[in-house]
Amino acid sequence: MQDSSALAVGRHDKIAARRISNTRNYLGRGFLVFASLMLAAVLLVQILHADGRISAGFADWRPVLYAYLLWSVALGAEQVMARGQRGLRALFLLPAVLFTVAVVIFPTLFGFYIASLDWNLSSLEGPHFNGLSNLIALFQDDYYWSALGNMVFYTVAVLGEYAIAFGLALLLNSEIRARKFFRVVFLLPMMLSPVAVSWMIGKSLMEYRFGPAATLARALGWDNPAFFAHPWIARFSIEAMDAWVSIPFIMIILLAGLQAMPKEVLEAAKVDGANGWQSFRHVTFPIMLPVSITVLIIRIIFKLKLADIVINVTAGGPGGATDTVSSFIYRVYRDRSNVGYGTALAIFYLLLIVVFLMLLLRLTRRWMQKVV
Amino acid sequence: MTVLAPAPHRKRRTASRTKWAFGRVLIYTALAFWALICLFPIYWTVTTSFKSAVDVTQGHLIPWLDFKPDWKGFRSLGLSPDTILQTSTARAEFTSRFSNSVLTSVGASLLALVLGTLAAYGLSRFRYKFAWMRNDDILFFFMSQLILPPVVLALPFLVLYKALALLDTTFGLILLYTLTVLPIVIWIMRDQFNSIPIELDEAAFVDGLSVWGAFLRIVLPLAIPGMAAAFILSLVLCWNEYFFAALLTSTDAKTLPVMVASQTGSQGINWWSMAALSTAAIAPLVIVGIFLERYIVSGLTTGAGK
Repeated sequence: MQDSSALAVGRHDKIAARRISNTRNYLGRGFLVFASLMLAAVLLVQILHADGRISAGFADWRPVLYAYLLWSVALGAEQVMARGQRGLRALFLLPAVLFTVAVVIFPTLFGFYIASLDWNLSSLEGPHFNGLSNLIALFQDDYYWSALGNMVFYTVAVLGEYAIAFGLALLLNSEIRARKFFRVVFLLPMMLSPVAVSWMIGKSLMEYRFGPAATLARALGWDNPAFFAHPWIARFSIEAMDAWVSIPFIMIILLAGLQAMPKEVLEAAKVDGANGWQSFRHVTFPIMLPVSITVLIIRIIFKLKLADIVINVTAGGPGGATDTVSSFIYRVYRDRSNVGYGTALAIFYLLLIVVFLMLLLRLTRRWMQKVV
Repeated sequence: MTVLAPAPHRKRRTASRTKWAFGRVLIYTALAFWALICLFPIYWTVTTSFKSAVDVTQGHLIPWLDFKPDWKGFRSLGLSPDTILQTSTARAEFTSRFSNSVLTSVGASLLALVLGTLAAYGLSRFRYKFAWMRNDDILFFFMSQLILPPVVLALPFLVLYKALALLDTTFGLILLYTLTVLPIVIWIMRDQFNSIPIELDEAAFVDGLSVWGAFLRIVLPLAIPGMAAAFILSLVLCWNEYFFAALLTSTDAKTLPVMVASQTGSQGINWWSMAALSTAAIAPLVIVGIFLERYIVSGLTTGAGK
């Protein structure tokens, strides 16, 4: 792919090399300069207005958004007018880049700023700077650290989900009737909203008095089937629900990997006298390793965002035993309106995730299939 | 001797026969067991919406045999046959949340599809150099957005949206949802474009089409399967999103998951109405899952097994 695209690019460059007239060039540049000045002016007026220095200004910051949109259009026009063909090509990428910068990069940087503030939305005084004290408070917050500990448990549990999903993928890949029916049925849990699942399973099936799961547990000899009272049982119950929702995703990707596997290899193993377990252990599993590592990493990335089910079923209880970092921060904001501290917790978590995933990617690079 | 000879052979064959049959039984038992695990919660929710309190507490499971189904749950939402024509505040709220969900998820999926398709085509066909960033770096930049947990963005967005007067608006939510699905769209679409031979583009250039002409008239129609997969997958993800919606909406732009979540807390155990609400919330996706499963699978398995 890379080679052929290089070829096309070469041809494009010949077209691009046509001279662009000076007037067009200047017009494009001028347009961009004008739009930039306008964005800067709107921003300046609004900052001064918000600061109380000048009375003229807008009621809210929305004009800044419009000015940014105008600036984006001007940038696109400038690319085309001043750079011709190359500008036309840049136009494909530009909208997505400008969007992502506006919606991710800026808010994340802004988040670093908020994290250094003492800012409680419910108190009357506004935000004021308090440097690193949010960070210091974070290190003394036992609930936050216990939530981080829970994340370790939830992340390790991905391996269990993977084992079950692999089993299901093998089942679906074997010679069975009604394969399509089973595939659709096994996929269904993934489609359901975690919030609805929290009610369907967490709050009604696992209900202590007359939920069917509790009734079944009683019939099996567990006298006191409280799924959310004891810390470890609660953790496993939450994990079971999340597994129910997410196993289909792992299963479908493993199934695609199994179906892409060359049939000859397994037949050769059979000829050599390998039994089912041996051919799985020495043939299927090693061939599936790149797909497995890739799907595990994607799954871990999503697992690190786990929040909906915890918020809706246990709200972190009992005593923070099931809290994920996201659900804990959600409550810091919802119950205490503490924006500054909540953001500091979130940013710290982001840094931990980035370091963890970098290490993970470095360690597994050898086995991973090329995703990017 | 010659008569006896086939005996051990036949014995071995029946042995392998029983072993084979045993394996079959095992496989189908496992399949049926997992199908039960997948379907039972859905079955339970749907049937509970037709139960009265007594039927719930006594654990009745099978309609008509165990209990007499009644439109109880849907009546409380104003959606049962006898209440559908009357005015109902519960139904008004439900339809407003439902249409918010539809607007938000369709809007965000469309926006992500447009932005993502353009970017994916660019990344698949041309070589960019943006400061130190090459194509692979730019793609990694987009994909790395997946790592960002929603909590990191949620609070800054709360503050920003307040300043921009976008809090509790569908448009504000659409922007955020677009962001969460954009990496997935780019991933699927880039794979789709890579599978379309570049000779087609070149032939279009020879015919005198511009870059955009070739893209819009030749390549894009061929990429429709990938676009369908990306769109449906985004739709599912946006429909189910709860975290941002819970923090950034309050009255006007509230989506269905937020409504479901708020009902669990406030009403105590009003089982039939909760079950009816959950049924209504998952029904669109169950239908999508059954009829459009092909696209979801092809979207998810992009890049797997190569």
